[in-house]
Amino acid sequence: MDQLPNMLLSGVSTGSIYALVALGFNVIFKSTGAINFAQGEWVMMGGMVAAAAYAARLPLGLAVLGALLVVVIIGLLSERFLVRRLGKPTPLTVTLVLIAIAICSKSAVMLVLGKNPASLPGFSGSEPVLWLGMNIAPQTFWIVGITLAVMLLMHWFFEHTVLGQAMRAVAAQPEAAALCGIEPRLAMALSFGLAAGVGALAGAIITPLTLTSFDQGTVLGFKGFSAAMLGGLGSLPGALVGGLLLGTLEALAGGLISSHFKDAVAFVALLLTLFLRPSGLLGRGEVERV
Amino acid sequence: MSAPPNPGERRLPSLGDAQGRFASPCGAFSPAAQSRQRIRHVGLVWLVLAAWPFVAGNDYVLSLGIFFFINLLLIAGLNLVMGYGGQISLCQAGFFGLGAYVSGSLAVKYGVSPLLGIVAALAGTALAALVIGLPALRLRGNYLAMATLGFNAILSVLFNELIPLTGGPNGLAGIPPITVAGYALDTAGRFFWLAWLAGAVLMVLLAMLLASRAGRALRAVSGSEVAAASMGVSPFRSKLAAFMFSAACAGLAGALYAHFNQYASPETFNFSASVLLVVMVALGGWGHYWGPLFGAAVFTAVPELLRQFQDAEFLVFGVSMLVVLLFLPAGIAGIAQRLRERGAGRAARRAV
Repeated sequence: MDQLPNMLLSGVSTGSIYALVALGFNVIFKSTGAINFAQGEWVMMGGMVAAAAYAARLPLGLAVLGALLVVVIIGLLSERFLVRRLGKPTPLTVTLVLIAIAICSKSAVMLVLGKNPASLPGFSGSEPVLWLGMNIAPQTFWIVGITLAVMLLMHWFFEHTVLGQAMRAVAAQPEAAALCGIEPRLAMALSFGLAAGVGALAGAIITPLTLTSFDQGTVLGFKGFSAAMLGGLGSLPGALVGGLLLGTLEALAGGLISSHFKDAVAFVALLLTLFLRPSGLLGRGEVERV
Repeated sequence: MSAPPNPGERRLPSLGDAQGRFASPCGAFSPAAQSRQRIRHVGLVWLVLAAWPFVAGNDYVLSLGIFFFINLLLIAGLNLVMGYGGQISLCQAGFFGLGAYVSGSLAVKYGVSPLLGIVAALAGTALAALVIGLPALRLRGNYLAMATLGFNAILSVLFNELIPLTGGPNGLAGIPPITVAGYALDTAGRFFWLAWLAGAVLMVLLAMLLASRAGRALRAVSGSEVAAASMGVSPFRSKLAAFMFSAACAGLAGALYAHFNQYASPETFNFSASVLLVVMVALGGWGHYWGPLFGAAVFTAVPELLRQFQDAEFLVFGVSMLVVLLFLPAGIAGIAQRLRERGAGRAARRAV
């Protein structure tokens, strides 16, 4: 039982990453109704590009920023040249295009950056910090801190800026929003940029703790997706709650029950959410039964 | 929004009709006539395919023919859910694996005869689909994609970790071949005919199904759920039946695969394989009766052709899926149909 605090701690740091990934899912789900299969690949790209830039002797901060920029551009280009070319985007066709983008991204990263796992140094060294009797990797503080900051920033953006409110308007009622002079395409482009940026950030801040490689994105993406469902698809606070809850559950199941079945926890949670409460813990019950 | 209609999207519901091409003067839209026509065509195509063992040359090329039919079972089943039911299932490889492990483990660990194992595989996958589909298909939207995504991941964990039953990551070895009346189908030359027959039976069944009341109901649902419901068709029941049927196809494919290959390992059935199968349905032409034939051919042949580029294989799949989705929304079968229509039009003009 003395392992419990450490388990909870690792749960919270993985959970923060799930929360960021879930946030990306939510933003795209809101604007297109599609499941963004590329979200996990953007996370992986953020980590891989940052690691490659750092290996090319760029300062750490610059490497992370550069990775962020690269992935945001990829997200925007995907929207502009692929998703937007769909004559009449339906959730099904957009989802299929996103699956194709995910396959392309994964193999492109493998071809360009190689198959070897890549790493980054901790943002403030790797010397563990003793706090409340636990040895904590300083990167954990960065992860939790950055996640909370991003969540607050997003909340502020969607609640208190004109652009954020415009995006919400488009998500709620595209036609009505267009009549009010909001360009729906702009909202869609923004959502792809945001989702890619948040994903890349998640990838860059987790890499010092876990390493990363081209094939890590898919699973991370799905766990993030499970977190989004658990919290309530489309809900911002839901992403945070779902992510943290899932990370903690997973760490506890891995530590207390069996590490073999740890990877199934997220998906069992996903199925249970779908079966018992499809609108998620904090969702507003927009799910329609037929 | 005033976006222009997407031609592929608009055509989906009516694709099964193949208007014009098969129309006889008196029964232009008769599903029964269309179904009979399709079954005749299946007979012709399968006669041609029967030549494969004689031109294949060696067992390796011959076994590619077997994998073509196994892939056809997977893709044609999935096409029913995607093309006609309008839902994405991301668990086709999972059901494929479930079929392989149910039949394989029963034979290896409990000495159950493979033929009984195949029945168990069919029942097991259909039951699993029922359990997943029951809650997921009740919701409006793409919730089946989400549920199946989770289910495939759980199945992968189980295949890897239930070591006493599945052999774990090392795979399940020593699966016995299928024996029919004391005659073991233990070589590619013998097994080919079973796979060939299974493919033909499925295509005939699909032709009959699509023309039947249930099939027409499913097509109505993919056109408009609301309209279908107002005509007394239950969208939920139609989609659930299609999903169970498609899972059973994958279960059969899995059992055949296990007894032919005599070995099964978890990575064959992971989530990426499910995604690739979705790609193949789109590539062949979703909602096209003949689409899966093209999809299965591509899925069998392309990895062989791309072996020299190894790592680029997935990139090629991804890019071709984008090209199909953006520029050829009706897939390869759509191109074939357009060419045929153009040819027919030219012939008609010449006749006048």
